Amino acid sequence: MIEVQHVKMVYPNGVGALNDISVSIEQSEFVFIVGASGAGKSTLIRLIGREFLPSSGSIRVFGKEITRLRRREVSMFRRSIGVVFQDFRLLDNHSIFDNVAFAMQVVGATPREVRRRVPESLEMVGLTGKAKMKPHELSGGEQQRVCLARAIINQPSLIIADEPTGNLDPKTSMEIMELLRTINIRGTTVMMATHDSEIVNKMKQRVIRLADGKIERDEQRGVYSHYAH
Amino acid sequence: MNINSLKYCLRQSVVSLKRNFWLAVVTSCIIAVSLAILGGFLLMAVNAGQLIRNVESNVEIGVFLYADADVSAVQKQINSLEGVNSVTFVSKDEGLVTFSNSLGDPALLAGLKGEDNPLPDAYRVKATDTALVAGLAESIRAMPGVEMADYGEELVGRILKITGWLNTLFVGISVLLALGAVFLIVTTIRLSVMARLEEIGIMKYLGASDWYIRFPFLLEGMAMGWVGTLVSTIALGLAYSKLATSLRQDAFAFFIRPVTSVEQLAPIFVGLLLLGTLMGGIGSLISVRKFLRV
Repeated sequence: MIEVQHVKMVYPNGVGALNDISVSIEQSEFVFIVGASGAGKSTLIRLIGREFLPSSGSIRVFGKEITRLRRREVSMFRRSIGVVFQDFRLLDNHSIFDNVAFAMQVVGATPREVRRRVPESLEMVGLTGKAKMKPHELSGGEQQRVCLARAIINQPSLIIADEPTGNLDPKTSMEIMELLRTINIRGTTVMMATHDSEIVNKMKQRVIRLADGKIERDEQRGVYSHYAH
Repeated sequence: MNINSLKYCLRQSVVSLKRNFWLAVVTSCIIAVSLAILGGFLLMAVNAGQLIRNVESNVEIGVFLYADADVSAVQKQINSLEGVNSVTFVSKDEGLVTFSNSLGDPALLAGLKGEDNPLPDAYRVKATDTALVAGLAESIRAMPGVEMADYGEELVGRILKITGWLNTLFVGISVLLALGAVFLIVTTIRLSVMARLEEIGIMKYLGASDWYIRFPFLLEGMAMGWVGTLVSTIALGLAYSKLATSLRQDAFAFFIRPVTSVEQLAPIFVGLLLLGTLMGGIGSLISVRKFLRV
């Protein structure tokens, strides 16, 4: 599903983030990208979300070389993936319902579809009854659930998440992880950057560890670190 | 873009216009002023064209004779020319009366009657076709006893020269004002964009197409342009119709005959409306462009 080949990323300010990364991710996998701050986790996630282009190398997602997409194709590609942000990125002046519906409106869904699917999605993330509330009326964990509901509303085959639990307490973080795992079990590939060792160790999923822009370790049912904490 | 997306875009445009209401009003006013000047110039150009045609179609050759000229011999020669429609004799006395009347006070030149009358005898010659006027004037000038044959080529030339200058001046002013209006639209729309920057970023991540993001701003700019131009065309139309009516009633301005035909005026007003709307659209597109690169 995702084929990253010899990807290098040097930012315009000269800072090198990734150095010859190659990795392959299959359909329905749950993959953690771990590493210290500045290791290149977020850069890799953002490259796969086609937020920007690598300095060199190839990135194929769903069989398509996303580094060569035209502007129009980039929009179409983004519709096929769900994105979860650390800072939620919800529209504060919109209700929870509207925030989730927004993702459907963007792709031109009919109002009837919106009315049917948004409550389903909110139910899945456990936010039934909070549809009319505004994001600032919710806790961090609940806001991240809204972000998840928005990410899955268009039924993407891939979800990329950049530190989705970075702003949450351990208990809430685990709830979000359980949700992501449920989404994953239903067949959606999940790729998540994190530096939360507890979560990674508990989930026992594939772990790709980055260090200084290179893959240091890639293990199935891996742990955050082999060194004792 | 489907109907649901279109509805969303329309809603967003209305929200944005409400949010920046006064700025939108100022922008529309600037567009109104700049296009009213452009429209005024266009109306003037159309009327100048008509005036030149009027002058040309009513061209008369004024033939002025020497004091000792054989008046009847000159008339015979003129009548023998091909293309002459009518020849009217204007004696020096009649000429003095006409001239005195044109000055508004017949008593002013009363002392110049009889021997003191400095005006020559003259003929007014009309041609069967305007195209023949220059040739006829040339032939008449060569006749013995004829001092001068003039058909107002200077007037036509002067009108053309003045309208040429005015054209350049008004085009210059209009272009400057139009640029100012576009710049103002860019600024107004940029404020709307800034207010929705976060939303635009999220939209891009969710896969919104550039046009989906751009369209509400485009509508907003076009609405400002359209409203501004509508105001200016209505004002211009009212002012022009008032002016045209008063000119038609004015005996001195009988030769101006302002253009009132719908066929000639409609393209100007419709063109202005389209231009204003287009200016609004262009301003918006310039404004949104750099924010789409996410």
